[in-house]
Amino acid sequence: MAEKRITVRATRFDPAKDSEPRLQSYDIPFSDDSMVVLDALNYIKSHVDGSLSYRWSCRMGICGSCGMTVNGTPKLTCSAFLRDYWPGSITITPLNNFPIVRDLVVDMEDFMEKLKSIKPWIIRKQEMPLGAGEHRQTMEQIDDFRQFSQCINCMLCYAACPVYGLDDKFLGPAAIALARRYNLDSRDQGTKERLPVIAHSDGVWECSFVGECSVVCPKGVDPAKAIQQTKLDTSVRFILPYGNRE
Amino acid sequence: MDFESYDVLVVGGGLAGIRAAIAVVETNPSLKVGMVSKVYPMRSHTVSAEGGAAAVLRPEDSYETHAYDTIKGSDYLADQDVVEAFVREAPIEVIQMEHWGCPWSRDPDGKISVRPFGGMTTWRTCFAADKTGFHMLHTVFQTSLKYPQIHRHDEAFVTKLLVEDGRCVGVVAIDMRSGRFDAITAKAVILATGGMGRVYAFTTNGNICTGDGMALAYRAGVGLKDMEMVQFHPTGLPFTGILITEAVRGEGGYLTNKDGERFLKRYVPNKMELGPRDIISRAMITEFEAGRGFEGPHGKYMHLDVRHLGEAVIDRKLPFMRELGREFVGIDIVHDPIPVRPVMHYMMGGVDANISGATPVSGLYAAGECANVGLNGGNRLGSNSLSECLVFGAATGRAAADYVSSAKAVSANPIEGMLKDETKRIEMDYLEKKSGEERIGAIREDMQLSMDAGAGVFRTREGLENLTKQLGKLRDRFGRIKIEDSSRTFNTELMSVLELDYMLEVAEVITYSALAREESRGAHARRDFPERDDEKFLKHTIAFRTDEISPRLEYRDVRITNFKPQARAY
Ligand SMILES: Cc1cc2nc3c(=O)[nH]c(=O)nc-3n(C[C@H](O)[C@H](O)[C@H](O)COP(=O)(O)OP(=O)(O)OC[C@H]3O[C@@H](n4cnc5c(N)ncnc54)[C@H](O)[C@@H]3O)c2cc1C
Ligand code: SF4
Ligand code: FES
Repeated sequence: MAEKRITVRATRFDPAKDSEPRLQSYDIPFSDDSMVVLDALNYIKSHVDGSLSYRWSCRMGICGSCGMTVNGTPKLTCSAFLRDYWPGSITITPLNNFPIVRDLVVDMEDFMEKLKSIKPWIIRKQEMPLGAGEHRQTMEQIDDFRQFSQCINCMLCYAACPVYGLDDKFLGPAAIALARRYNLDSRDQGTKERLPVIAHSDGVWECSFVGECSVVCPKGVDPAKAIQQTKLDTSVRFILPYGNRE
Repeated sequence: MDFESYDVLVVGGGLAGIRAAIAVVETNPSLKVGMVSKVYPMRSHTVSAEGGAAAVLRPEDSYETHAYDTIKGSDYLADQDVVEAFVREAPIEVIQMEHWGCPWSRDPDGKISVRPFGGMTTWRTCFAADKTGFHMLHTVFQTSLKYPQIHRHDEAFVTKLLVEDGRCVGVVAIDMRSGRFDAITAKAVILATGGMGRVYAFTTNGNICTGDGMALAYRAGVGLKDMEMVQFHPTGLPFTGILITEAVRGEGGYLTNKDGERFLKRYVPNKMELGPRDIISRAMITEFEAGRGFEGPHGKYMHLDVRHLGEAVIDRKLPFMRELGREFVGIDIVHDPIPVRPVMHYMMGGVDANISGATPVSGLYAAGECANVGLNGGNRLGSNSLSECLVFGAATGRAAADYVSSAKAVSANPIEGMLKDETKRIEMDYLEKKSGEERIGAIREDMQLSMDAGAGVFRTREGLENLTKQLGKLRDRFGRIKIEDSSRTFNTELMSVLELDYMLEVAEVITYSALAREESRGAHARRDFPERDDEKFLKHTIAFRTDEISPRLEYRDVRITNFKPQARAY
């Protein structure tokens, strides 16, 4: 039987040489049914063109570095199987809504700043001494925030978000989901410090129920829900004069 | 010329590095800390750790049993004073992680849960479902964001340690985005660069685990300790090498051969699936050789079976395993057994460091998987490593903070010359090199397959000698390497070639250290020397770099306190 092959087109862009991104096409062997899109990129890099640039590390869907757009959809390339595209071809482009650094590598500094701005750490009025042992927390209390703690910062939701696409001042799905993760943690008392950051972030109020973010999230996080819940909280706390202010 | 300058510079943004950085500023809030990482910290390979972190938290447990389990597990190659200090600190660190927000799984009374793990005589492994490393890493990383004293250099790749007058005073790093070569100076440098699994072909380690810190220290004249001690985990998924956590067995999973038999009864009858990794991996290979493995498209394998645990337990305690099974194998572990086989997993050896992480070069420290402080000896017990990153990350951070309070400032004078030399080396050897025909990928693959074949679960003199010859040839080929990417912007090919250079060095040290240890101990199993030999080898191997590919080997006695070496039976 003739060897199976697959055509992969990938974005090439070197800011020193190119004025704009272009697609380069590679025809590679599809030698094993277990191959993922990332394997195709690695094949190209090892055997065809060593200059193709992209990020990856864990190849098991947990480090969050290999997000790219595959045939128009934001995907973790280590968890997207070639067999789901073959015999069609594959077009791999960088994640939308981010500046391109090089080839398939995008600039995510903006998110790193936003992450910090929501104070993603436990805030307490009074820290408990280590000698006092752990805070008690039940599995049910963990269930309250569990899904929001699953975020791997892969940026697929930002790539899918129409609001972020128009206005990068919007905190965005993952940052808001992570703020929610801490706000809902029974050990945390920092909600009051975080809410203004979110309420005053441009775009929160533009977010509709579209929920593209939750659809593309590979980890079952529902950022759209976090955003809607937060809106409710912020309006209760800041708009209604007698709202629950703790 | 001005250089970015810190009191303490941490190389590595994994669990050990971040824990160290926080410890520095908590020890002395006036210190300025730099943290360099070749990937965004939350991408570090700690993120993939699944099973848990060991600590004595229960009244029915004791420091002594945790110490004993660790020392016996190490096949008596651990330094016992280090183990004893470790077991006392581990619970404090686990609680600290809890206060920082780690979502540890809980018992009904709200206390941190523990689960059984291989080689541990009692339940002491704390876990956050089966994504423990992910949660721990994101917790410490997000917590680190609240310290303005910690200044990060994300996606900066360290190529060299700056050593002046026998003292480490910083690093040279390439800022990947701009391609700029920077000298970053500091009164003390902590290496926390993680493991080296990519030296092998079949590994649980991610692409970034290339032994950089080990090679950097080795080049700076520091010895690498016990590098022959390479851990093979019994349960990796065929083809990808993705790990199926030991917690699967901790929660009650069975390992069966093609006759449906729980074959471990022949090897570790009292522990069965909860035996230590080295012994179970050897048992599996032995079964394969006896024709009792399954044959699959990606080689021989065994079954890891959790069907009897039921969906509720699986979803509560092993949800990520179900996800990995679905995504990467196309099975549902609730209804199907998982195909597994031994896979390279962890380096017990590492940069020679003492109980506070200090190396023999002043100002240079090491913590986490890249270091060998003497905790793991010949075989690390599962779930001791995450705890090690916390305990020794913190200890090293504190020691470095103390050291810099009295250390002299770094003089900028010689730095400029060193930066120039290093820049020139990399430009001439790689970026601007015109000749050469060897591809990185080809040399890397040959190295990895050679290491799998020659320095795997079982070793022989013949195999190892053959491997030294192959590594010699790979060195020659490396001299003829050619890179196609001359761009300065995010040049991942340049990173790959520098990593390959590090890995070849690490592979050489593993191979020569393994050749010289003519006994079987822990993970180092020599078919030609099947017995442990305490007379000759109750000693650490320390490898020093020479101008040849073979290192100079020295030996150092293991420190024994309360646990006399005995036969290791389970
Ligand atoms: C799949 C898997 C599962 C595991 N499960 C468990 C478990 O359940 N329990 C347990 O105890 N242990 C487990 N381990 C082992 C444990 O996770 C690791 O030993 C530990 O996380 C290593 O942490 P680290 O901080 O030393 O290194 P890492 O987390 O690997 O971090 C290394 C850091 O160094 C940086 N770096 C490296 N080289 C350079 C360079 N040249 N320049 C700049 N930066 C550099 C990287 O960017 C990274 O930030 C597991 C390991 C694997 C692979
Ligand atoms: S919320 Fe989901 S899609 Fe968005 S960054 Fe987190 S894991 Fe990725
Ligand atoms: S490589 Fe880590 S998520 Fe894909």
